[in-house]
Amino acid sequence: MTAEKISARCRLFLTVLLFGLLMLGVVLAERYLNAYLIRILNTACIYVVAAVAYNLVNGVTGQFSLGPNAFMAIGGYTVALLMLPLAQKREVYFLQPLIWPLNAFSFPPSLFIVALFLGGLLAALFALLIGIPTLRLRGDYLAIATFGFGEIVIVLANNLIPITNGALGIKGIPEYTNLWWTANWAFWTVFVVKNLVNSSFGRALKAIRENEIAAEAMGVNLFRHKLLAFVLSGFFAGVAGGLFVTLISTVSPTLFTFSMTFNLLIIIVLGGLGSITGSTVTAILFAFLQELLREVEAPHTIGSWTFPGIPGMRMVVFSVILVVLMIFYRRGLFGQRELSFEDVLYLLFGRKARA
Amino acid sequence: MRSDAVLQIENLHVFYGGIHALKGVSLFVPRGTIVALIGANGAGKSTTLRTISGLVQPREGRILFEGQDITGESPHRIVEMGIAMVPEGRRIFPNLTVMENLLLGAYTRRDHRSLKRDLEWVFSLFPRLRERTWQKGGTLSGGEQQMLAVARALMSRPRLLMMDEPSLGLAPLLVREIFHIIQELLQSGVTILLIEQNARAALEIAHYAYVLETGRVTLEGEGKRLLEDERVRKAYLGEE
Repeated sequence: MTAEKISARCRLFLTVLLFGLLMLGVVLAERYLNAYLIRILNTACIYVVAAVAYNLVNGVTGQFSLGPNAFMAIGGYTVALLMLPLAQKREVYFLQPLIWPLNAFSFPPSLFIVALFLGGLLAALFALLIGIPTLRLRGDYLAIATFGFGEIVIVLANNLIPITNGALGIKGIPEYTNLWWTANWAFWTVFVVKNLVNSSFGRALKAIRENEIAAEAMGVNLFRHKLLAFVLSGFFAGVAGGLFVTLISTVSPTLFTFSMTFNLLIIIVLGGLGSITGSTVTAILFAFLQELLREVEAPHTIGSWTFPGIPGMRMVVFSVILVVLMIFYRRGLFGQRELSFEDVLYLLFGRKARA
Repeated sequence: MRSDAVLQIENLHVFYGGIHALKGVSLFVPRGTIVALIGANGAGKSTTLRTISGLVQPREGRILFEGQDITGESPHRIVEMGIAMVPEGRRIFPNLTVMENLLLGAYTRRDHRSLKRDLEWVFSLFPRLRERTWQKGGTLSGGEQQMLAVARALMSRPRLLMMDEPSLGLAPLLVREIFHIIQELLQSGVTILLIEQNARAALEIAHYAYVLETGRVTLEGEGKRLLEDERVRKAYLGEE
């Protein structure tokens, strides 16, 4: 605690300022950056949404979930099916026709936001259904159940051909997602989760992570708190999935396999479990590293030696980074610390902010 | 039901799987007193407290708090009603600040205006905590952690405070300080149910005490009287 607390009004002003700067950044990026860099930035923002939401369950509440890929898949397929134009629907589903009523309507572009919310809500509903039986139990049941649920969703995506088009996936989803959408969702996800964590509700979530028995003795309703965190996390994961499929214009079962969860797990562990700042920063770093490390998968020629590219080498590098970090920075880059407005003012002006 | 009772327990039976942990415990805590439960390991002291706070469900028996049947209520309801517990081994939240720990104690309360006054109250009882509000709970010394655990429980403004082994692992001087504070709490209208292995310290301040042995109350009486009792002296005070 370097700086004093700043007042609520000042905090609001700084939040608006931050939002303004972010939007200015989006304007500049759209104008001056090439499509490749914008694509990476989009991916980074989507990772921020998914990682911050995942961190709310795993880091803040201390419940080990392995299910974000399932919730992203649910959100992704929902948005894809809602937004896919009717002509495209007829074209894509040539093995088996799409079931009614999905084959009878398609959202106009103006309802993209509604589709995203519906995707998030459906994912949240499934989080509720998974959470009710498993969050009552202590221990590793949540991890087992969510892992199982993730596999089930993938199997269903492969086999519910009249809905998901099976392993072929859905192509030609309109690319509505742009930097405006992703940056906004990243901002509001961080905003909502941060305010939640700093509220008395969030304090209770942290208490559950620290010591369930003591939290219960304080009068915290363990089940209700865990469930709410889990459902909210499911909602944002669903939205992230929806943004993702409308960014890359396609969805298939391979998009949301367990490796997606593993990526998010790397992000939140590297960033520091429980730190929103950590999840945000590492999500962005991760998106860029993933691109930079394409180099290690490409073929190389050194002198007369030619090395063929090894697909999957990136994950080896990430694993090595994870191992090294777990040895030297066991609590991640940020631990449980947050970069607050107070800290930023202190860094900028080198003096204590006045209340 | 006696009219001056804060807590009354009738014929409580608790099982852990097949183990019959409490075999018909009845006890009575009058308002404005310190009541102690003493006994060896495994006698059922902690089980009794855990049952009162709703963490364990009894198979038989009744628990009355201020005349109201609270048997089978959920733990958070029981805290809301006015029973707070200082759990065994302190169980503070190590990675949260002292202030966050204290605010969590007030979690079930909805009257945020009196919160400040109550913070002042616990700080006046534990002045050392005031200087450490921004420190993480886990960085406090053992004695300070125990004080934090007590202060945290008090933040719910309980009418009955249950303490599970508050002297555990503390230096004798700190034990005396904690027991001194327990007596001070009495003055501010909190009734106290105390579990102790440190039987002498507990009996010295308790108005009334129960001796538990393998799930049954085998002896009861005023604290001072039990201190003189031949059987208690032999079994719990280590005297010949």
